[in-house]
Amino acid sequence: MHELSITQNILDITLEKAKEAGANKVIKINLTIGELSGIVDDCVQFYFDFLNKDTIAAQAELSFHHLPTQLRCRNCNAIFSPNNLDWSCPNCRKQQAEIVSGRECYVDSIEVE
Amino acid sequence: MEIKVLQDILSANEALARNNRKLLDANGILAINIMSSPGAGKTSLILKTINKLKGKAQIAVIEGDVASTIDADKVQKAGIPVVQINTEGGCHLEANMISKALSSLSLKDTDLLLIENVGNLICPAGFALGEHKKVMLLSLPEGDDKPHKYPAMFTQADVVVLNKIDLRSLVDFDVAAFHQAVTGVNIKAKIFEISCKSGEGLEEWLSWLNDELALIRAKARK
Repeated sequence: MHELSITQNILDITLEKAKEAGANKVIKINLTIGELSGIVDDCVQFYFDFLNKDTIAAQAELSFHHLPTQLRCRNCNAIFSPNNLDWSCPNCRKQQAEIVSGRECYVDSIEVE
Repeated sequence: MEIKVLQDILSANEALARNNRKLLDANGILAINIMSSPGAGKTSLILKTINKLKGKAQIAVIEGDVASTIDADKVQKAGIPVVQINTEGGCHLEANMISKALSSLSLKDTDLLLIENVGNLICPAGFALGEHKKVMLLSLPEGDDKPHKYPAMFTQADVVVLNKIDLRSLVDFDVAAFHQAVTGVNIKAKIFEISCKSGEGLEEWLSWLNDELALIRAKARK
């Protein structure tokens, strides 16, 4: 259910920026989605196909750019990607991680004509 | 033509959350967003807190549920103003729902607002409501591995409350491993071990809440 409001936000942002640019049609929406944001592509696509009807984004393609989770070890400063459930540092084995990236969810750019 | 946008998808929610926060601050209200899986004891913690702080703080409650008024009815019975939000399928509360709920509470007669989020260990953490503190509840039967499996919630909590601690001899929950896992992903989180049933550990939780209330009251007087 959570993707419905997220998709509405994506559409709102897109239509606002397209209007500002005086565009007639949105061709593509480039999204950047972090692995930890919990956003499921298929769900967004499903709601998008439903919500975009009667808008200038009706034919727009959604493009998802995924960012993997990156952590920084507070003990030894190593930057690493966690291995599934294991958030311990591959360098010093300490489990003291902070998130560097992976929470992103934003509209990067739109392509219009 | 490509237009650079770089706008957070949740920015509309963030803006509404900032408005809520301003309204809460203007009225000197401490708002706590309580999150957990269904059944971990959010309502029990709220009822225990009401019971212990009644008369010392002016409490109001916002109850978020997919359906029903079961929780709101319990709070109402305790004599506390409560607004029930039914998300009708929605898996978390959003800032606009809180704005609406705030408009039906008497803010000048409130200094502690307890918000019970929809029972869910995944998305509530991603949606700011305007709260001052995020409190996450986990109960012993759920297992000590949850910080690894649901890191988003644990990394964002200001406080982690471990409930149903009275069951420790009945379930295989490694409390030390849990502490290690929480501090592993979130160094700032305070952890309280409590039992809403037996009352064990509640004093520490209440003492933290009282300290936070004192801070908000001091700020509001300035």
